[in-house]
Amino acid sequence: MKREPVWVRILDWLNDRLQSNKLSELARKKLVPVHKHSFWYLFGGMALFLFLIQVVTGSLLLIYYRSGPESAFESVKFLVSEVPFGWLVRSVHSWSANLMIAILFVHMFSTFLLKSYRKPRELTWITGVLLLFVSMGMGFTGYLLPWNELAFFATKVGTQIAGVLPFLGDFVMKVLRGGDDVTGATLTRFFGFHVFILPAVLALLLGLHVYLVQLHGMSKPPDVERREEKTGKPCPSVPFFPNFIYRDLIAWIFVLVVLVGLAVLAAWELGVRADPLAPAPAGIMPEWYFVFMFQTLKMFPAHVGPFEGEQLAIVGFILAGLFWMFVPFLDRSSPEGARGKLFTVLGICAIAYIGVMTLVSYLVG
Amino acid sequence: MEKDKVSRRQFLNALLGTGLFAGLLGSVYAAVRYVIPPDVPEASPSMVVAARVGELNPGTAKIFRFGAKPGLLLRLPDGSYRAFSAICTHLDCTVQYRSDMAHIWCACHDGHYDLNGVNISGPPPRPLDKFGVIIKGEEIFVSREG
Ligand code: HEM
Ligand code: FES
Repeated sequence: MKREPVWVRILDWLNDRLQSNKLSELARKKLVPVHKHSFWYLFGGMALFLFLIQVVTGSLLLIYYRSGPESAFESVKFLVSEVPFGWLVRSVHSWSANLMIAILFVHMFSTFLLKSYRKPRELTWITGVLLLFVSMGMGFTGYLLPWNELAFFATKVGTQIAGVLPFLGDFVMKVLRGGDDVTGATLTRFFGFHVFILPAVLALLLGLHVYLVQLHGMSKPPDVERREEKTGKPCPSVPFFPNFIYRDLIAWIFVLVVLVGLAVLAAWELGVRADPLAPAPAGIMPEWYFVFMFQTLKMFPAHVGPFEGEQLAIVGFILAGLFWMFVPFLDRSSPEGARGKLFTVLGICAIAYIGVMTLVSYLVG
Repeated sequence: MEKDKVSRRQFLNALLGTGLFAGLLGSVYAAVRYVIPPDVPEASPSMVVAARVGELNPGTAKIFRFGAKPGLLLRLPDGSYRAFSAICTHLDCTVQYRSDMAHIWCACHDGHYDLNGVNISGPPPRPLDKFGVIIKGEEIFVSREG
C-alpha cells in the first residue's frame, strides 16, 4: 500500500479533528451576487484586514510603551529612535488607524446607499454603526497615548466639549478625564480603554457583524432586485470560496501596499512632549474624522433662542447618530424592499455635509 | 402531577432568573461607580510665589503653577504686574501673552483677551479669572482673590 507524504497525513489528521472541510464546503456554497455594484462588497473585508493589522501592531507597541505622564512620551521616543523597526510599527499603527476609519466610512455609506440595511439585515446595520463609533473611540483614546503637545490640548478641548452636554456634561467630562483636568489619570484610563476595553467590545461587535453577514449572505441592491423581477432571471453569482476570496485578497494586498507606502514615506510624527504649563501651540485640531463636528460647533451661533448654541449642536449630533443607527426602522420603504428615494437623498446630504464641513475647516482654518 | 412539574420548572426559572438578573444589576452598578473617579481633595493653595522681582522685563509674561493649574503673570510696559488664570474660558487651552499683539491670546481657536483679561474677540465667552498680585520683598505672590 502506498503511503501518503507526511504533510498530507498531518493535514488529514488535522482535518479529522477540526472538520475544516465542512467550513470550506459552506464557503463554496455561499454565493456572492455579481453586478455593477459588487465593487462595494470589498470594503468590509478591507476594514477587517486593517483591524487585524491594528491588533498585531498594537500588541507590538505594548512591548515598549509605558503609560504615565513621565514615561509615555519618552517610551514612544525610545521606540521610534532606538528600537529596530520601532518607527515602522508605530507608523503603520497610526496610518492603519486612519485608513481603517476612512474605509469604515466608505463601507457604511455604500451599504446605506445600496439599502443593505433592509430586512433581515437591521442588526447587521446597527452593529456596523456601533463598530464605527467604537473605532472612533479607539482613535480618540489612542491619540493621547504618546502624550505629546498636540494630543494633550486636542484631548483637553475634546473632553471639554463633552462637558458642554446639557445636564450630564460635567459628569461625562469627569468620567472621561478621570478628574477635573486632563492629567496622568486621564492617560491611564485612556490606555486601559484603548488597549483592552474598547478592543474587546470591538471584537465582540465584529464577531456578531461578520456572523450576521455570513448568515444572511450578501444583499442585492434594489435595482438588481428589480431587474431580477422584470427578467425573471436571477442575477449571476460566484462562490464565496474560492472566487470571491481572491477578489478580497487583491483588495487586501492593495490596502497593504498603500499602508506600507504611507507608513514609510510619511512616517508618523511624534512632536513635542506635552507640558501642562506651556501655552497651547497653534494648530490644535482633532483627528480628521471629528473635524466636521468640530467645525459645526464653531459655526453655530452662540445663542439660539433660550439655548446655548454649542449645547444645541451637540444634542443635534447625538440625535443624528441615533437616527442613523435606527434607519432600518425609519426607512418605511425598507420592509418591502421598495425604492425609498427619501433616504437616498438623506444619505447623499450626510456625505455632502461631512465633506463640505471638513473641507471648510481645513481650507479656512 | 404534570401541572406540578411545570410549576416547579417555573419556580426554578424565576429563582435563577431573578438571581442572575440581580447579580448582573449589582455588577453593572459597581462597574459604573468604579469608572467614576472619586473626589481627591485638590491641594489648591490660596497663594503662591509666581516669580521673583526682576525676573520679568516690562512687556513680558510667564506661566506659573497655581496648585495643579497654570496661571499667567504679566508685567505691563509701565512695570506693574497683573495675574490671571491661564485657562482659556472657551475650551480649556492654556493662553499666552503675545508681545507683538500686546495682549493675551489663545492659540487653540484664536481667542483674544485684553490686558484686563477681558475677552475681546474669538470664541471665549467670558473674561479670564483674575488673581491678586502682592510684592513682598524679593518675591511676587499671586493670590486667589483678584
Ligand atoms: C488590540 C488592539 C490595539 C492595541 C493593543 C493598541 C495599542 C496601542 C498602543 C500601545 C499605542 C501607544 C503607542 C503609540 O502611541 O505609538 C497605540 C496608539 C494608537 N492607536 Fe492603538 N491599539 C489597538 C488598536 C487600535 C485601533 C483599532 C485603532 C483605531 C481605529 C487604534 C488607533 C491608535 C492611534 C490613533 C494611536 C496613536 C498613535 C500615535 O500617535 O503614536 N489602535 N495603540
Ligand atoms: S480654547 Fe481658547 S479659544 Fe478655544
